[in-house]
Amino acid sequence: MTRLLQTLMDGVAVGSLYALIALGYTMVYGILKFINFAHGDVFMLGAWVSFTLAATLGFAGGAPPWFAAPLVLLGSMALCGLLGFTVERLAYRPLRNAPRINVLITAIGVSLFIENTGQLEPIGWLAERGLAFPFGTRPQRMPALLPDATLFEVVGVQVKLVDVLVIGIAFALMGLLQWLVFGTKLGRAMRAVSHDPKTAALMGIDVDRVISFTFVVGSVLAAAAGFLAAEKYPSLNQPAHSTWILLGLKAFVAAVVGGIGNVRGAMAGGLLIGMVELFGAAYLSPQLRDVYVFSLLIVVLLVKPEGLLGKATVEKV
Amino acid sequence: MPTSLLRRAAPLLALPLLAMLPLLGGCGDTAPTAPQGGPATEPVAQTGPILIGEYGSLTGSEATFGQSTHNGVTLAIEEINAAGGVKGRQLEVKVYDDQGKTQEAGTAVTRLITDDKVVAVIGEVASSLSMAGGRVAQQYGVPMISPSSTNAQVTRIGDMISRVCFIDGFQGYVVAKFALDDLKADDIAILYDQGQAYSKGLKEDFARELVAMGGRVATEQAYTGGDQDFSAQLTAIRDTSPDAIFVPGYYTDVGNIAIQARKLGITAPLLGGDGWDSAQLATLAGDAIEGSYYSNHYSHEDTRPAVQTFVSTYQARFGAVPDGLAALGYDATKLLADAMGRAPSLSGKDLAAAINSTTDFPGVTGTITIDPERNARKAAVIVQMKGGQPRYVTTIHPKGAEPAAPAEGAAPAEGAPAEGAAPATEGAATP
Repeated sequence: MTRLLQTLMDGVAVGSLYALIALGYTMVYGILKFINFAHGDVFMLGAWVSFTLAATLGFAGGAPPWFAAPLVLLGSMALCGLLGFTVERLAYRPLRNAPRINVLITAIGVSLFIENTGQLEPIGWLAERGLAFPFGTRPQRMPALLPDATLFEVVGVQVKLVDVLVIGIAFALMGLLQWLVFGTKLGRAMRAVSHDPKTAALMGIDVDRVISFTFVVGSVLAAAAGFLAAEKYPSLNQPAHSTWILLGLKAFVAAVVGGIGNVRGAMAGGLLIGMVELFGAAYLSPQLRDVYVFSLLIVVLLVKPEGLLGKATVEKV
Repeated sequence: MPTSLLRRAAPLLALPLLAMLPLLGGCGDTAPTAPQGGPATEPVAQTGPILIGEYGSLTGSEATFGQSTHNGVTLAIEEINAAGGVKGRQLEVKVYDDQGKTQEAGTAVTRLITDDKVVAVIGEVASSLSMAGGRVAQQYGVPMISPSSTNAQVTRIGDMISRVCFIDGFQGYVVAKFALDDLKADDIAILYDQGQAYSKGLKEDFARELVAMGGRVATEQAYTGGDQDFSAQLTAIRDTSPDAIFVPGYYTDVGNIAIQARKLGITAPLLGGDGWDSAQLATLAGDAIEGSYYSNHYSHEDTRPAVQTFVSTYQARFGAVPDGLAALGYDATKLLADAMGRAPSLSGKDLAAAINSTTDFPGVTGTITIDPERNARKAAVIVQMKGGQPRYVTTIHPKGAEPAAPAEGAAPAEGAPAEGAAPATEGAATP
């Protein structure tokens, strides 16, 4: 019972991180019909920018002030949002009318560019002024900005504040996105562009602006996931480590399993993937945890290629 | 009927297999076939600087390994050149980054040998990568010294490949013996990286030695390097309540493992091998790693003058305390230069023979003798993480090579009772 509850909570926490990343994949796919392979790297940047901000602002060591976590989280989200905007503007927009394969290859190029510049040693001039950027090749420890407290204990399961906040913040952001997409004018524009960009343009929607906005929103969510992941697993692997690629890939699987292009599907897919991975690891064998995730992908592609919620809802973003 | 069906299907079945061949062959295939360890190469240039090749992970997952080693190599070369070089010629090192990737390691060594025409190669740290690079070096008949790959398979590639560190068979023995004798821990859980030859090999050696000396493996759990969540494995380990947990992985993963183990309420000390050796370990794991032990090639607290001189010059040059990998990179280079001085010529065959006949070479990491299997036979140290620093605990010598021997007459054979060897450990408390 203890183990079941513990695994359930970890599954929801990890799953909500996957969901946050998956949203970026799925939104871009919904609008541009291409897989932004650089999205996993935005997640990595979210974690490393959070670390760098925390270190630069002096939150490492000792008990950080209460505003440290929100400040670092929002700072990281803002910077990554800016990066998402820049990448779309410089790398993808010039290829708007090119064959889709060109954009796909460009995305892989952007991904390699981010990883490899990320692991350059910090620029001396900046490092002397206390800002270690780029991040270098050494793994680092993320300072604990969220208090490491146990909220309560249920049948032997310690409910940690970190986990509750990870789940809480992730769900709050997903709720916000839900409102943005389905409850605002801009969201309606996004759905219109996703449905048919040409007609949307004819109806007076600024398609380029909507696309830019989509990239910013996706990157902001990935940055939030990066911050939360760094708080939950504070030993950060260096920027080009395969672990980031694998996490991005699993989030991509979550997007496909949920039905790529579908916002609610990405959330459901993320949670499902998290559950499958953690329960498989706990009850079958931890050696094969990645196998469960990718097997699920194969099964879904065989049985219901459009994904779990692929056709159930007509709204695409 | 079935036969003809099969015959028709055979080419179809063969196709995917053929496609997989290059993958299976790995890096050995990328190099054109050269005479096996043959009388090497073209005549080596007789004037100008002598070029040595180095390959290592200067970037990638375990980048500190390659960077530390390269610092050690650089320092050694500077010292050798300042002292007049080898055979009246200066040394020069050409280094390639393999990014910690197997296929890159093979390519790097091929480039060093065919493009740069190096006389010898130094590298790698990770055993998987040394094996990839070593196969190429052996094929071309160019000597390679691995500074710190401890998996036994590395030097079995051939007579061109040697190393200046001990092997995992010994390291497994060292950790097992320390756990049993000093920690009085005989029920030990293992958590290893299933993706690394080093980790798997060390796990097996440790388990064998532990059981042979009367201990017990509580449970064996595996992870894949880069995993972030170890809760499933650690929960299973916690259920067996072991005396200690052996984690023969790399420091990059030990951070999250230690943090999560403490969060789950596991208080047993963690034990590790030389893969833990990095200044980043304390940064990553923080308080969670305090009190844990690992075996290493040397301790910077060793009071021998050779060690203290090395530590202070290294600190002055690079502004950091040298880890074991830096010391081994330094030793590998010094030993190579020594062998070059003794070799009648710098051809691959002569140089390899000189390296392989090294006896009692005074290195920073101990006195190095290359044994018939081209491994270095020397002692290991155990260090404990205290206040964010690896502090020296004890030195453990190879079986039957304990100095100043209370137990000399009865040098314990394999599987002998642990008590017989205990005094030797204590007798060697001063390195």
